[in-house]
Amino acid sequence: MAVRMKPVDVALVGGGATAAILGKELAEAGYSVVALERGRMRRTVPDFQSPYMHDELKYSVRHALMQDPSTQTLTFRNFVGQKALPMRQLGSFLPGTGVGGAMVHWNGQTWRFQPESFVLRSWVNERYGEDFLPDDLTIQDWGITYDELEPHYDFFEKICGTAGIAGNVRGDIHEGGNPFEGPRSDAYPNPPMKQAYAGALFEDAATDLGYHPFPVPSSNVTRHYTNPYGAKFQPCMYCGFCETYGCEHFAKASPQVAILPFALANDNFELRPHCYVTRIEWDRGSNEATGVTYIDSRGREIFQPANMVALCAFAHHNVVLMLNSGIGTPYDPVTGEGTVGRNYTYQTMSGASVFYPPEVRLNPFMGAGALGTAIDDFNTGSFDHSELGFVGGAYIAAYTTSGRPIHRHPVPEGTPRWGAEWKKAVQRHYNSTATLTVHGSSMPHRGNYIGLDPTYTDAFGQPLGMITFDFPHNDRLMSRYVTGKAWDIARAMGGEQISVGWLDDHYSIVPYQTTHNTGGAIMGTDPTKSVVNKFLQSWDLHNLWVMGACVFPQNAGYNPTDTVGALAYWAVDHMINDYLPDPRPLVPT
Amino acid sequence: MDKLSRRNLFKVAGGAGAAAAVPHGFTVRKAEAQTGVEAPVVAPSESSAAPAHAGHDDVLFFFTTEEARFVEAAVDRLIPADEEWPGAVWAGVVNFLDRQLAGAYGAGARMYLEGPWELGVSQQGYQLPYTPAELFRIGIQEVRDWLAEHEGETEFWDLSVSRQIEILQMLEAGAIPLPSMPSSVLFETLLATTVEGWFADPAYGGNREMVSWRMIGFPGAYAQYVDLVTEYGRPYERPPMSMAEVARSHDHHGKH
Repeated sequence: MAVRMKPVDVALVGGGATAAILGKELAEAGYSVVALERGRMRRTVPDFQSPYMHDELKYSVRHALMQDPSTQTLTFRNFVGQKALPMRQLGSFLPGTGVGGAMVHWNGQTWRFQPESFVLRSWVNERYGEDFLPDDLTIQDWGITYDELEPHYDFFEKICGTAGIAGNVRGDIHEGGNPFEGPRSDAYPNPPMKQAYAGALFEDAATDLGYHPFPVPSSNVTRHYTNPYGAKFQPCMYCGFCETYGCEHFAKASPQVAILPFALANDNFELRPHCYVTRIEWDRGSNEATGVTYIDSRGREIFQPANMVALCAFAHHNVVLMLNSGIGTPYDPVTGEGTVGRNYTYQTMSGASVFYPPEVRLNPFMGAGALGTAIDDFNTGSFDHSELGFVGGAYIAAYTTSGRPIHRHPVPEGTPRWGAEWKKAVQRHYNSTATLTVHGSSMPHRGNYIGLDPTYTDAFGQPLGMITFDFPHNDRLMSRYVTGKAWDIARAMGGEQISVGWLDDHYSIVPYQTTHNTGGAIMGTDPTKSVVNKFLQSWDLHNLWVMGACVFPQNAGYNPTDTVGALAYWAVDHMINDYLPDPRPLVPT
Repeated sequence: MDKLSRRNLFKVAGGAGAAAAVPHGFTVRKAEAQTGVEAPVVAPSESSAAPAHAGHDDVLFFFTTEEARFVEAAVDRLIPADEEWPGAVWAGVVNFLDRQLAGAYGAGARMYLEGPWELGVSQQGYQLPYTPAELFRIGIQEVRDWLAEHEGETEFWDLSVSRQIEILQMLEAGAIPLPSMPSSVLFETLLATTVEGWFADPAYGGNREMVSWRMIGFPGAYAQYVDLVTEYGRPYERPPMSMAEVARSHDHHGKH
């Protein structure tokens, strides 16, 4: 028999970025809020301190800040009909665990999606014709426009202290910024990062080719800065320990630095770590969530009653929780019907390496997570697809994130993988190799989805989530096209040798690609094709809300965090001003 | 029984050396959520703890003497010494591997180890029922058995250098039929963990005197370059520092 806790107004599942945002804003609006985090409490001091944070083996290789697969993992297969098998260790993506979630170990690359992204199906149909999209590409409009989201992008970037050069302020195109971005209401709150040597070489080559390079927008803050909540940031030291690490410098925007202290200061907000939510409870008569059940650190089953529940866990986990709680209709890839699990998408990553002679010292260890120079000339809304047979696109960036040598010791193609010749090549190329990243969009395909595994269970005996995913033909064409453009830039950068890392033939769960898992509980205008409405409110239970990248109907050629943060502010705004004073479905069905 | 964690079982069975005796298909449950205050956790929850580096003649925590000789010869081929720089053996990679395999990593602390077991396709990743410690233990024995049968009762470490390289290439290609695993899985695990030991902080027991960092010019744990990042092409000549040295330096400053 579950222990029953004192009821609260709002229960948040998770203790990461979106829980911090909702916790802060809802508590301030006078509602009692409890955030249930499966992992432990973590603070910048003492948890993220040097020198012990600068431990590549512990944090990048053994994943000390990440989800523990022995407690919960996912199963994976490439296509319907294949037997799904468990992801037995982390690889392709790295969900976090513990307070702050994945926004502790993110890089700080802070990109907005283009206006076209939010109305993608309508935009493609209008621009390229109704016959352009094949039937199996289940692209949808989001139900929200860029203009609606823009004020929330702007606010989230101010919360994060984002550093960059605005390319488009209210329609005025600014030199040195990204001319392909949607119009901004305001410039970035901080000036751009200093650009690394590799970025400068990229900038010269891209400019010569007629492209439009700019510094990657970065939430590795570039000067002493106080955000709208009063959080004090310090400037980034370019230490090269950003992705998979916590920041000891109070420079990278994490929930701990930017948001959480201002939620925790409010007596209406309680953050409860070591609480592993296993189910959303709901009333089958009234179709309302009644609270959540979790396992506490002593293994006891606890029921937390709540008038409203918001799912703030990592993308897959929100979807798996809904499926395990019996909420909504699970997506069926055979009929194409059902909603929960639909339109699971990822990111289509490729790249190129430019090998310079050893006297070109790039000093890659002088890095930062969002230290990079990019072009956006080949993203979704930036160029004409009419003769190309695909939609979507990618940015191309020369990042200098780190010189940590277990994972970064580039050698040219044809080098043996070990032995004397490998060792010589590592020595020769370590400090003189620039890497270009092609960060591509991911279009939803009828066969790609999240379901429940019929065989494997987690540490609490519940079915594991099951991912079915492979790169759609559309995305292979996109990747080939934009990776070719990156190859052109690589050739123009003047190295001795180039290696191109084309997209793999099939998606693999093994090599790290990116932690940008999206879709599965998507937003939209049609309750038969989406899980939440444009305000991120469940179509099925009006007092259940879903945050995070799982609401993206498809993924754009950008990092998702800025859009996740903006959507959380958009949603909480509607909770406070419209929903909570009069709880009901905000969009009639 | 299924409430008992695999790590607890190791303790009960007398240490990680008994790992291969764990029956496969045994239901493994992480005990974290079920652990009451009466039953203290007996193993570290994260995998990185390792004693400070000591020399070549150290006590072995995991490997038998024969296993250590096998691994020593193998890592000497993977990252050999050359005229300019020592290799993995001098750097202490054997001790690094020994301690990693004796600890939480070797016990598969952050792996999902529930059955049923199927090999699947390469895109689905590692699907063997072995912890890393079991993989090394079983795999090394099976390679030695194969050599005994096909190379005339010869141990790997007694083969010529060129023959050792050929054997490793055959393992890499999956061309040596081992009863319990594809030989390529053993090889890839050995190669990945050897590179880890070679490049990890010296505090873990490999990378003695920061030899790999000095070879490539990686400055290590001391890291702030805000004033240098735009000095394009400038040589960075400060000697590298390990976590241990930075910690000692902090301690030193704290006392003055």
